[in-house]
Amino acid sequence: MTASDRPRISLLGTSALLFEAPGAFDLPHQRRIWSLAATASKWPGIREAIPGITNLMLTFETPPRELDSLIAALNAGWDEADGLMIGGREIRLPVIYGGEIGLCLQDVADYSGLSVDDVVSIHAAPLYTVFALGSHPGYCYLGGMDPRITMPRRQTPLQRSAGGSVSIGGSQTGVSASPGPSGWHAIGHTTWTFFDPSWQTPAALAPGDTIRFEIERVIR
Amino acid sequence: MIEILSVTGPASVQDLGRFDQVRFGVGTSGAMDDVALRAGNILLGNDENAAGIEIPMTPFKLRFGRDTAFALTGADVEAEIAGRTIPPWWRTQARAGDVLTLKAMPRGARSYLTVSGGIDVPIVLGSRSTQFRGEFGGLHGRPLQVGDILPCASWSVTIRDLGIEPAEITLARSSAAADETTVRVVIAGEYDGFDAATQQLFWQSSWKITPQSNRYGYRLQGPEVKPTVPIEKRSHGIVPGVIQIPPNGQPIIQMRDAQTSGGYPKIATVISADLWRVGQARLGSRLRFEQTSYADALAAETEKSAYLDRIRASVRLVEECLT
Repeated sequence: MTASDRPRISLLGTSALLFEAPGAFDLPHQRRIWSLAATASKWPGIREAIPGITNLMLTFETPPRELDSLIAALNAGWDEADGLMIGGREIRLPVIYGGEIGLCLQDVADYSGLSVDDVVSIHAAPLYTVFALGSHPGYCYLGGMDPRITMPRRQTPLQRSAGGSVSIGGSQTGVSASPGPSGWHAIGHTTWTFFDPSWQTPAALAPGDTIRFEIERVIR
Repeated sequence: MIEILSVTGPASVQDLGRFDQVRFGVGTSGAMDDVALRAGNILLGNDENAAGIEIPMTPFKLRFGRDTAFALTGADVEAEIAGRTIPPWWRTQARAGDVLTLKAMPRGARSYLTVSGGIDVPIVLGSRSTQFRGEFGGLHGRPLQVGDILPCASWSVTIRDLGIEPAEITLARSSAAADETTVRVVIAGEYDGFDAATQQLFWQSSWKITPQSNRYGYRLQGPEVKPTVPIEKRSHGIVPGVIQIPPNGQPIIQMRDAQTSGGYPKIATVISADLWRVGQARLGSRLRFEQTSYADALAAETEKSAYLDRIRASVRLVEECLT
């Protein structure tokens, strides 16, 4: 077994620890992360177990004196983790591609060597799975984007990107739930409420839910 | 109640933060200088998590609607109430109708006003802190405006004036220059992605805090620190204190309103015990990073707690002598 087959575990100061799974950015790996998160969230001293994209952050109630046993438990937990199947619900989200909010649609087309129409149809084709929530309240990271429309994150993050922006960052895509800073490229926008602090569960979507983007309009 | 008469910059209601909603994408928020907020609450006999007002700029003016005890901690401010000057890190009594004025902030970046019983805004998702991005918590999820009325939880106590030694004196750390702050960091996941010379550049540079620094993050300016090969991470959880290196090679320290996840490479994380020092570092001043171990970072946390314990003990002693 080579080093790249093993998970990477690193510190985020004294308040959290990051576990990064080896292997592909795909649903089988993500299901194992969901499973590990469900297990680790019950461990003593752990405040929250927060899935990312094929990785997991553990935040500490109080920082452990020593980390060896936690690291060992994570490694063992990963080896034992069976994929957790979450039967989520499917959401249809109408998207207006391009326009003032989706200014980077042309940039993605130029970068990928595709036409604007191709970028739109490739982006709207898959049934995306919510892999994780993060970034800002209610934001969902989606798995399933076609690698042909990959575009590296910005050299310098924007101070403000619009709420509802449908964006691409590296090989990932997502929809911002509110306005704020972003290092991603907006290609369109949608109007939908992803988060409300007065709801029983404040976020509308959860890992395992699926999203299908519907092309409402393309502004060239 | 308290009425805001004049406000400059994004003043907001903050407690210690919102710590268990990260899986919904909700960041911690909370006081940028948690030591100052705790100290102010201890001075007033409040729960240390009681909400106060974080004031990042002067002038700032408010009126007390009723008799109440309050404290000012954090940045040094030139403050006055009913013609009296208030020293830094001090508690005193306001009478109904008194106007408190914060005229200038000669040192530090954020002043904290705490009141007896705390600012009584609703608890949303476990905290009274303002969540700017989500537009909830605090007062209507936004910065304070002229005319805002803030409810206070209790009014009964009458207290005598009392001051304590500011954290920046008791917990002082040596620094090379007057306008420079040194903070301890633990290396993070992508540290080894930078070659030895670049790592040295990170440690040896005096980083300028740019005007694009705020509660979301501190954007620093200095020599370009770039990984040996570009690194694009899959999005993963991050916490306040994480130092990201975007492709332009200029570090960003994530602060209390930071996103809960990111994908830029992380070179190091400012330890929790020192994050308040970043929160008190002024725009245009400089920061230096000093490497520390996980064990020493925990020890620094203990040192911070011991300082707060000493304040708590001396406030209790004073109360006993006065009664």
